[in-house]
Amino acid sequence: MSETTNQLAGNDDPNDSKSEIMAHAKAMVENLERGDSHEAFKVLEDLNKARDRTLFSEVGRLTRSLHNAITDFHIDIEMNQQSQKEISRISDASDRLNYVINLTEDAANKTMDKVEEAIPAANMIQSAAEELKPEWESVLKGEVDPDQFRELHKKMGAFIDSTIVSSQGLGTNLSDILLAQDYQDLTGQVIKRVIQLVQEIEGSLVELVKTASTVEELAGIEKAQKVEKDAIEAEGPIINKEERVDVVSGQDDVDDLLSSLGF
Amino acid sequence: MKILIVDDFSTMRRIIKNLLRDLGFTNTTEADDGQTALPVLKSGSFDFLITDWNMPGMTGIELLKAVREDPDLNSLPVLMVTAEAKKDQIIEAAQAGVNGYVVKPFTATVLQEKIEKIFERIEGS
Repeated sequence: MSETTNQLAGNDDPNDSKSEIMAHAKAMVENLERGDSHEAFKVLEDLNKARDRTLFSEVGRLTRSLHNAITDFHIDIEMNQQSQKEISRISDASDRLNYVINLTEDAANKTMDKVEEAIPAANMIQSAAEELKPEWESVLKGEVDPDQFRELHKKMGAFIDSTIVSSQGLGTNLSDILLAQDYQDLTGQVIKRVIQLVQEIEGSLVELVKTASTVEELAGIEKAQKVEKDAIEAEGPIINKEERVDVVSGQDDVDDLLSSLGF
Repeated sequence: MKILIVDDFSTMRRIIKNLLRDLGFTNTTEADDGQTALPVLKSGSFDFLITDWNMPGMTGIELLKAVREDPDLNSLPVLMVTAEAKKDQIIEAAQAGVNGYVVKPFTATVLQEKIEKIFERIEGS
């Protein structure tokens, strides 16, 4: 396939083609200046042929770049749907990113489960201690008779026992929360691999676009106008706040902006 | 006080739900985008709407506009809780009639402050 492309492409260097066109153009001007219009038209024909040849070779180059890019992405167009999915690195990357979503979601839910379990335990310790506090203070003030003290002693014992159990539970929850953060390591590794793939693809695409722009130029295809982005279109979290002037830097900025609008 | 929480990420809905519970609001319902939220709002008498902006289907800003255009819902207080931080977006939300705007990541204090401010203003008017 690539040999045929090479033969078709002929002249491989666009600079050679350009100098060929230049030489023809000069010859045509010279002929016209001499008044030899017959010769000038012949040169014009050669010039057209040279342009077609250059265009042809650039299209060949574009085809080759496209082929290389497709090979790099590991998308095999001959394959059936099922194996295509297995072989494509892009769909592999999508799977990896979905895995990141699942892992972070699980970790967030696990952490919230443990926190939701811990809050009532912490509240119970607090309310039991608050209940005991005035009684304990009255002991210190000498306002308690022996019967009351025995009663309080029992209560205090129960409080200590339940606090030991609750704080053990809290400790377990806290270390579970700590362990749930292991997603950062796993997702970090996965994301790094996807970043690497995106960089490779970007490199291939830049090459492809470069080649395509030569063809566009030769074929006289006008570049499509850049589409203006909708100013209010959702963008998600801003990752380069410092470099941007069209975004707020935090809640204080939001509040200032809204109050300037009469909020 | 019946509150509808709209966000496409279940973990964020859960965080907001927990924070609201700490503030004493226990009657909450969840929806995962504007399209599912709108019929829920129309069917039940909600007192407050908390919505994200960027969601598939129907975005939060579209939901806000739909709420303001609906004669039964147009006075419903709406708090936007979103990662969208472009000034044009905040202005757009303000013009569409949002009652408060909280940017993610946010703290429990900020959420409480904004909710209280909205209710103060409603009671004052």
